[in-house]
Amino acid sequence: MTAAEVKTGIDRPVARPRHDRVRLVLRTLSRSGVFLSGFAIILFWVCCALFGNYLVPYDPLASDIINALVPPSSAHWFGTDQLGRDVFSRVIVGSRDILVVAPAATLLATVIGSALGLCTGYFRGFVDDVVSRLMEAVMAIPGVILALLAIVSLGTSKVAVIVVIGLSFAPNIARTVRSAVMQERELDYVAAAHLRRESAVHVMFVEILPNVIPPILVESTVRLGYAIFAVATLSFIGFGIQPPSPDWGLSISTNYGMINGGFWWTVLFDALAIASVVIAVNLVADGVQGAFNER
Amino acid sequence: MNGNAENVLELDDLSVAYRVGGTDRLVLRNVSLRIGRGEAYGLVGESGCGKSTAALSVVRYLPRNGSVAGGHVRLDGKDIMGLDREELRRVRAEDLSMVYQDPAKALNPSIPIGRQLAEVFEIGGASAKEARSRAYEMLEKVQISDPARVMGGYPHQLSGGMQQRVGIAMALASDPKMLILDEPTTGLDATVEAEVLDLIGHLRREFSISILFISHNLAVVSRVCDRVGVLYAGMLVEEGPTDRVFRNPRHPYTVALLRCLPGGGRRKSSGGLDTIPGFLPGLGAIGEGCAFADRCGLATERCRTERPPLHDLDGQMSRCHFHDRAQSLPHTTRHAPDESREPPAPRRPVLRVQGLNKTYGRDRAGGGVAAVKDLSLELKAGQTLGLVGESGSGKTTFARTLLGLIEPDEGGRIELDGKELAERVGDRSFEQTKSLQIIFQNPDSALNRSHSVRGLIGRALRQLGGLRGAAMDRRLKELAGSVRLTDHHLSVSPRQLSGGLKQRVAIARAFAGDPSVVVCDEPTSALDVSVQAAILNLLVELQSERDVSYIFISHDLGVVRYLSDNVLVLYLGRVMEYGPSEEVFSGPHHPYTEALLSAASDIGDAEDGRIRLEGEIPSAAAPPSGCAFHTRCPRRIGSICDELDPPLKEAQSGHAIRCHIPADELAALQVQRPSTLSRPVSAERRDDNGRP
Repeated sequence: MTAAEVKTGIDRPVARPRHDRVRLVLRTLSRSGVFLSGFAIILFWVCCALFGNYLVPYDPLASDIINALVPPSSAHWFGTDQLGRDVFSRVIVGSRDILVVAPAATLLATVIGSALGLCTGYFRGFVDDVVSRLMEAVMAIPGVILALLAIVSLGTSKVAVIVVIGLSFAPNIARTVRSAVMQERELDYVAAAHLRRESAVHVMFVEILPNVIPPILVESTVRLGYAIFAVATLSFIGFGIQPPSPDWGLSISTNYGMINGGFWWTVLFDALAIASVVIAVNLVADGVQGAFNER
Repeated sequence: MNGNAENVLELDDLSVAYRVGGTDRLVLRNVSLRIGRGEAYGLVGESGCGKSTAALSVVRYLPRNGSVAGGHVRLDGKDIMGLDREELRRVRAEDLSMVYQDPAKALNPSIPIGRQLAEVFEIGGASAKEARSRAYEMLEKVQISDPARVMGGYPHQLSGGMQQRVGIAMALASDPKMLILDEPTTGLDATVEAEVLDLIGHLRREFSISILFISHNLAVVSRVCDRVGVLYAGMLVEEGPTDRVFRNPRHPYTVALLRCLPGGGRRKSSGGLDTIPGFLPGLGAIGEGCAFADRCGLATERCRTERPPLHDLDGQMSRCHFHDRAQSLPHTTRHAPDESREPPAPRRPVLRVQGLNKTYGRDRAGGGVAAVKDLSLELKAGQTLGLVGESGSGKTTFARTLLGLIEPDEGGRIELDGKELAERVGDRSFEQTKSLQIIFQNPDSALNRSHSVRGLIGRALRQLGGLRGAAMDRRLKELAGSVRLTDHHLSVSPRQLSGGLKQRVAIARAFAGDPSVVVCDEPTSALDVSVQAAILNLLVELQSERDVSYIFISHDLGVVRYLSDNVLVLYLGRVMEYGPSEEVFSGPHHPYTEALLSAASDIGDAEDGRIRLEGEIPSAAAPPSGCAFHTRCPRRIGSICDELDPPLKEAQSGHAIRCHIPADELAALQVQRPSTLSRPVSAERRDDNGRP
């Protein structure tokens, strides 16, 4: 290649519209194999949750005692459980509850955590000391005990699960946001805002918050993975999602005793489903983090 | 084909391209240059002109998207481009060394200095013991006073100047034929820079090494280099012996660059600074003609259509069709003294500071770090007070205290328009807050990257100007116009603007509430000289239109002299000298001011007779007894300096010096070196926040 063959382009000293930043992140994501594979798996389960009822060969709730505990076959791809319900249909439709409860819990955790993180990082000093110690206290209690305690007092509704998981994950998000805010508040634009007599609320939410969105997004995607696991765990120990929902955690809980009897198919496919969603969410989290770092 | 054996480094028609967005863009075009044995060659140009790319292609360290599009690089006759991995490794290890801009990043923070340095010798085949003793010798050669202590220490324990000495020692350790210095003094204070440049000159003679010296600072290059090449948009536009190029430039770009510097004792009253209109063409975006044609006052149709060849003018080369007329490049601003300015009427003081102190980490016992000590000053309406001093002298701390961002110690007093100001900005009245604004050093930090330019300026107008709706829109347009921002600039985010444009946004924001005092904290230190000139012109213009007063903080004495009516020299938070600008600069001055003036490089200065400050600025946590400056003072007279802090004495009316030596004696001592003080030039120090 000689110099003459190289194309010239026009660059202007001032370039690119503003939303280019978002577009750049999206473009990086659309080229990331890690992100796309995770995204595809999640998209698959979301479709199952929305349209599963129309796709599955059997009614996931209809029992058929004569055909109970049939191993996987062409009639029942994943076999049937002890009530003769089609495991395949149940696994497909079983994504519905968990895909509502886990994201809702994560959203709650993100909102509370971000607000706490902004306050502690911005005010520092006394506010930080008090709030941070309280959050550490919450984080120190084992999750299961916290959940049991809360559900005993709040009852076993989905809302209770959302609140419990949301509150217990908020401190993790708050800590990430707090350290990002502490870096931001040292920048001169915060001093400039003080010299305009802006209120603390304005400085926190209008000046600083937009600049700490990337770490918030990354942290909450990671938390979503944990939340899915947490929801499944709570269902398994009998709290949260209640029968006869075909929820995965619940199904595993009702059927795991059968593994010893050789009826592995009643548990395996639900377990795989949970694993696939958790892995997929983590792939997405990795992709998002990579895209922000690349900027 | 082999190169001339006398040339250590040859770039032969070198073109380098970067792949951006799928197309290759040329960043270096057909650059040819030769560096002889023992010769120092300076490559100058503004940011984005390809200086660093040239250096990186010599060592074949181009970034992943970079590639050599044509030409050759020869080191001692060997074609660097044709080397395989092992040969390249040997060349990098033995023949070539590089010193980087930021020594703090170039040294490994977790390995002791001695170990890092000895490693270079061990790679060269020395035993561990031998390597250690040679490392010791090498540190002595770079004039480090206590090599044994330094070898056991880590990089962070050393000051910037010492770190760069270690960097130079490491580069010389392999006894290379060729040394590449990439902006080696850009991050250093002028006084330290002067020392490092002396060292480079000294080592060059001792090792008879060839040097490629890359810098944006013309004065620095003029002090170190035999020959100089001027790069513009990836092309060598002028080349020749340093002296000739700077005294008799033959390319309009070189002419324009030299004119941008506020040197020669120029003052704002004698007219604006020359600037270079327009922008550097984007990566690879040069058409048929001369790259500089769009910004050149001499350009004709021929310049736009026909690329000028490199004319050889008896050893000086110029890539200009009209090289014989280059110096007749029209001025971009008026040079005549401004006659229309009325004679200075007695002005009212707007700001008065009395006995201001700021001590960090103060304890009951009175310990702590005194960043600002007993500072008093007065600022009159429409005037500029220049604040100078090395980093760590308390300039930025003072600015932040003044603005109420940092709380001062009790006892001091700040008055704005005759009314005392509360210590914290939150306790001041709204009027007071908007009257006292700041332009920060680093616009990347000062402008919120999530907001648009319109949002940034608009918010300030809303908060400080109390404007809404159509009135605000009108004022926004007006304000943007007065700092020369267009509608297009308003709609983008600040991170999409160049450094100079960002600083204009910051200026517009500071002026949103019609302030009476604006603190300018090194607003041009990160900018290229042509952009700096434009910003300084803008500040002067705004001042004469609005009668605003400035406190202008800078380490660049040329800039301070140009802008300031009064100057205050700080050392370790103490006022060393205070007075009208011309008197401070013409003398008699405090020995510290004298040293600062002497350290500020100037094009074509004589090397002898310069004053050098020994050692580093002492820690403010343990300031020296007596006169704070006595540990480095070249004019120390005796034990009185160590024991007694001299008072601030008036030398002339309004001009005070803190020194035991009487003013007339200082004047007599300083009279021997008049010429070197005439044209102080950029002594740039980037990214200095000056915060403790």
